[in-house]
Amino acid sequence: MSKIVINIDGKEIETQEGEFLLNAARANDIFIPAICYLTRCSPTLACRICLVEADGKQVYACNAKAKAGMNITTSTETIEKERRAIMEVYDVNHPLQCGVCDQSGECELQNYTLEIGVDSQTYAVKDVDRSAHDWGHLHYDPGLCIVCERCVTACKDMIGDNSLKTIARGADALDAEFKETMPKDAYAMWNKLNKSVIGLTNGTDVLDCTSCGECAAVCPVGALVDTQFMYKSNAWELKQVPATCGHCSAGCQISYDVKHASIENPEDKIYRVMNEWNYVSLCGAGRYGFDYQNAEATKDETAFANAVEAFKKADTIKFTSTITNEEALILEKLKEKFGYKLVNDEAKSFQTFLKDYSEISGSTLYRSDLKESMNSNFIVSIGTAIKTDNPNARYSLNNALTVNKGAALYFHPVVDPIIDGLSKNIVSINHKPLQEESALYFILDLFADKSKLPTDIVEYLASFHSTKTVTITETIKEKVIEILKETKLNEETGEEEEVEIEKSKMVSKKVSKEVEVDDNRLATILGVNDKFPETLEKLLKKKDTFSLIVGPDLYNHPNSKNLARLVALVEKYSQFEIVMIPTLTNTLGVALINELSSESGKYTIGYNTKADFTLSALGDGDLDMPAINQQEGTLTSINKRVNPTNAAIGYDGYTLNDIANALGLEVEYTIDYTKELGSIAGFTALAFDDLDNFYTNAGEEVRGYLLESQSVEVTPDESVSKINESLIIENDIIYLANPVRQFTDFTNKTTNLDEESGIYMSEESLSKSDFNAGDTVVVKSANGELTSKIVSDNKIGGNIVVLPTFDSNLNSEALVNGYRFATASIQKV
Amino acid sequence: MEQFNNRNVAEGGYYLVDIEDYPTDGWGKFKRVVKRTFRGELFVGLWVVLREMIRFDLHTISYPEEKMPIGPRYRAIHEMKRLWESDTERCIGCGLCEKICISDCIRMDTKIDENSRKEVSEYTINLGRCIFCGYCAEVCPELAITHGGEYENASDQREHFVDYEYMLTPIDVMKQNAQKEFEGYGAITPHEDERVKKTPLAY
Repeated sequence: MSKIVINIDGKEIETQEGEFLLNAARANDIFIPAICYLTRCSPTLACRICLVEADGKQVYACNAKAKAGMNITTSTETIEKERRAIMEVYDVNHPLQCGVCDQSGECELQNYTLEIGVDSQTYAVKDVDRSAHDWGHLHYDPGLCIVCERCVTACKDMIGDNSLKTIARGADALDAEFKETMPKDAYAMWNKLNKSVIGLTNGTDVLDCTSCGECAAVCPVGALVDTQFMYKSNAWELKQVPATCGHCSAGCQISYDVKHASIENPEDKIYRVMNEWNYVSLCGAGRYGFDYQNAEATKDETAFANAVEAFKKADTIKFTSTITNEEALILEKLKEKFGYKLVNDEAKSFQTFLKDYSEISGSTLYRSDLKESMNSNFIVSIGTAIKTDNPNARYSLNNALTVNKGAALYFHPVVDPIIDGLSKNIVSINHKPLQEESALYFILDLFADKSKLPTDIVEYLASFHSTKTVTITETIKEKVIEILKETKLNEETGEEEEVEIEKSKMVSKKVSKEVEVDDNRLATILGVNDKFPETLEKLLKKKDTFSLIVGPDLYNHPNSKNLARLVALVEKYSQFEIVMIPTLTNTLGVALINELSSESGKYTIGYNTKADFTLSALGDGDLDMPAINQQEGTLTSINKRVNPTNAAIGYDGYTLNDIANALGLEVEYTIDYTKELGSIAGFTALAFDDLDNFYTNAGEEVRGYLLESQSVEVTPDESVSKINESLIIENDIIYLANPVRQFTDFTNKTTNLDEESGIYMSEESLSKSDFNAGDTVVVKSANGELTSKIVSDNKIGGNIVVLPTFDSNLNSEALVNGYRFATASIQKV
Repeated sequence: MEQFNNRNVAEGGYYLVDIEDYPTDGWGKFKRVVKRTFRGELFVGLWVVLREMIRFDLHTISYPEEKMPIGPRYRAIHEMKRLWESDTERCIGCGLCEKICISDCIRMDTKIDENSRKEVSEYTINLGRCIFCGYCAEVCPELAITHGGEYENASDQREHFVDYEYMLTPIDVMKQNAQKEFEGYGAITPHEDERVKKTPLAY
């Protein structure tokens, strides 16, 4: 890809070779009307309104690629005629209900109708019954739908659920005279539009997807709306608060749309969450899980005095990573001043993993980010339940698979039908728990440059290989000559007679053959099937950018040190770029800011976690704290970006800074610490008010700042320990992971996310066992036990029982010893 | 009507009043005071009062026993109209009146009703702040909110007259077909049909 110069409407602009004209124009503030195109997705070509003239030829700006020296005219007389006809067609039979439509003026149909200046209608077609559908969390009104297919495209190319498709509308054919009289593209577009509406791929009338709501966000009209928002408020009444989502480490840019709660209650309330859907896609938790604020908090002076007393008494502060960088810094300052032990197991293991990784890689941070993964075309994921650990990592994976025509390997013990359904070019390898090392060795074996890899590793890898003779049956084609007898009419005699004709044809024949093949014992350990080498060869065709996503299963693995070193080796000796999924919202920030201990002392203060004295933003502690949507601050994302977030709604209680001030730190506001973050390696000393939070027209992320990776001294020792094959987890296995749309107690608290807490079992394993959904069972492991209900989940497969962590009352973390998998027994009560 | 459309004040009986210049110096001011004091203009006024007292031709309206007729375009307390066809409320809850209100005195809460339609669950106008500019009636796409002739809104309670039920045309008035349409700005003009561009229909 090289920089080239093209000319649009007489303006010389610089762009990448092969960039779509529409994107090039948008990046340079040149307006080309377009409805159906979504940046980052493949062009749909449904609306055809982005017609432009490139070097004298009409092309669609959304799928025509820029070539050096191209001359583009965005508007000619014929193009204007087409556009006008297209907009008239979109207005045909469109209900005049703009007054009650939930799009309330944020409507692209309205905008373009006015922009193109449609003031009269020439076309008509008989309407069909297009009554509304309630699809569960979404409401679809085909009457308002203009079938731009943006929802279908977003679902397929970004999200990967493939839940939507176009279905037959059942309308009469267009009047034949239109074909002659109408502009060509407008007719073609109308012809297609008139045949389709949007429907569900699962054949029912209720959505069964990962409920991200992205389809409703991208809808240019009010056809697809969130059921929870329907008729609640007009868009213009809402005030947009730019923020960063506080649920997972993706750190998506969102805007909280707030307005007074009702006529009686003038307090602000969040009505919905919006996103810049051209550049960032949200998950269901980000979109619908917004009302987790600590609403009832007041300035309770006794509780505050108790808190200060508790801080004076305590020797340990235990906290979760659902806090801002500033709060983490306050904790660190308190630690420096009073010598507290800071305990945060999940951040500690990530911190250790990063440190172990840096010993070989030489940098404190992993090199890549999700944006690079999205632009790569071969992705490997190891040690993460990717769809729930970080939905954006899954979107990147899916986008690389569909738009870049990429391929992927997904190593994880839990069968995931959602991941399997992303594309046919993703191969899931459901290895046994604790085999993540084998998976990384396998990647080294397949992709590492063996000439550079340390010899002992090369030898170790070679020790897994052996040759074996297998009998394979091949199908070969042979030429066979057949003699056929046919009756033919002899033209001379007029009689029928038999004639012999020779016919040659190809016949396929099966031949058995003995061949020597390479047998990789690593593949056997991982449970990869015999066909894998051929499959991989197909997957690897035309692939040049590689990305490896690793996740929390590795950080808590008993051999995590070895895994971190293996990951670093993969990065060093293969083409893979590494992304690590931080466990929780700000795990990366905490891991960089805080010096963490693993042991608690005698008296512990818990922040968002139960302890002797509990500070909680959930409203259940001894002193209330603000939730992330109630405070200003910064969050560190997986993309190594320090993103600012704003308070969407008011908070009346005390903050951590108040306590710190009472203990003698003397800083007026929490965000005064933003600049002080600069004292920590990697962070920049920028004040909170200097941090931007938006995307440019070119899709450039102008949000906060990027962390700088620090180089550390590389150890010459690149040895890694061998796979310990005696480590196994057998029998009934439990795994700690959340259902889609749930992350923490904060998501659990919200009204729209109604996932049930319980023991998640796949439909498949339920049908094989004596259990039924709803049964109360006891799960016992070596570490503890819990009693809860069985929840049937069709978004997982296989036999592994998934225990969610979003409900701290379930206390599922007590059942495992760090590592997310454990052996357990499950019995009915 | 034609005569009212002519806004040229120089035509039709208007003339400029010849007003003397103001005195600028002290002597001039003194002369004006003396002239005004001794011309006896006061008695002209008193004579008029006396004359009218004797004639008993009173123009004063004895409010509240007597009331002036009010023009159809008079903008007093809002009314919420009903549909002629079904007697249901016209308001669709579009929120335009709330948006356009320059004194920010209109607020509405909307929700989805059992028929999946938008429903106004609560509607208030704070008459303590309303300046009766008529924008809400003008912007209403359904001619639902209009102004009425009810101007007697003195009360010892601020909350009075802000109730939606109070503004809504009573159902018995509707049954008698007695609802009055507002003829002020925003109402449909008699020529509306001629101005509409017809949309072709395929039926």
